[in-house]
Amino acid sequence: MSPEAAHHHPAALAHQFDGLEQQKEVATLGMWVFLVTEILFFGGLFATYSIYRTLYPDAFTAASRELVVWAGTTNTAVLITSSLTMALAVHAAQLGQRRLLIVFLILTMALGCAFLGIKAFEYYTEFAAHHIPGAGFQFEPEHFQHAQIFFSLYFVMTGLHALHMVIGLGIMAVMLWWSARGIITEEYYNPIEVSGLYWHFVDIVWIFLFPLLYLIGRHVH
Amino acid sequence: MSAHILPRRVYYTVFAVLMVSTYITWQISYFDLGPLNTIAALAIAVFKAVLVVLFFMHVRYSTPLTWAVVIGGVFWLGIMLSLTLGDYLTRGWGTFG
Repeated sequence: MSPEAAHHHPAALAHQFDGLEQQKEVATLGMWVFLVTEILFFGGLFATYSIYRTLYPDAFTAASRELVVWAGTTNTAVLITSSLTMALAVHAAQLGQRRLLIVFLILTMALGCAFLGIKAFEYYTEFAAHHIPGAGFQFEPEHFQHAQIFFSLYFVMTGLHALHMVIGLGIMAVMLWWSARGIITEEYYNPIEVSGLYWHFVDIVWIFLFPLLYLIGRHVH
Repeated sequence: MSAHILPRRVYYTVFAVLMVSTYITWQISYFDLGPLNTIAALAIAVFKAVLVVLFFMHVRYSTPLTWAVVIGGVFWLGIMLSLTLGDYLTRGWGTFG
């Protein structure tokens, strides 16, 4: 083996790694460490929700019934579908199918935008119904105070989730650009893989938000 | 180069199960099951999350170190939730008048 061959390494391999496999494992691990901080970040909000729901269960069920349940259910389906297209994007990247990768990234972004559009419609509905906590808030007198706690949590939790979606769309735009330019290859698809991890995580947060916010008062007639 | 490229049908199957689970969660919430409503909703949500983590996020095929980080994250979340709720859920006993 010539010295040139011995020192040859793939263009995408950073010099501190032994090989592409190790490089990919490090990228995945790093993303997971970040996601753990995200789990605990959202976890604090879920803990807050649990405390107040325990204290004011009737106000929470009454306020939950005011949410647009078909919109929440549709958005759950939209996000799960976007997770499928994301997983298929990673799959296409693994196989070096650039055109398919680009198609799936665009589909993922389109579904992400659809989610945000439906969410915006919901926020508009709640604004029109005077369900924004504060001076203009209107609700049945019995639960007037504590329903505001529910709606505060609703707007903070879904708002932070929506912010994560917007950031996710930004990441996907960069991935689309890199894929189109040919930076993403069969050998080097880590960016798509770790972006996918982030996207799926945001999906998981919604999987918990949906029943806890939209469905807790449905059985009361 | 990667050791684990899953066949596409794995993703389609997981997707189908996630959609059916969503439908079940939605429908079940219209029945009055008492405390079971919340338990069922959370059980299905956890089931869905585990599917996403294992297959969509490829943790099933990841290194033991990744497993340790994922389980560690969930474990610490469990500490936060259980200690917090261990306080709040046990305040209503009123034995001290």
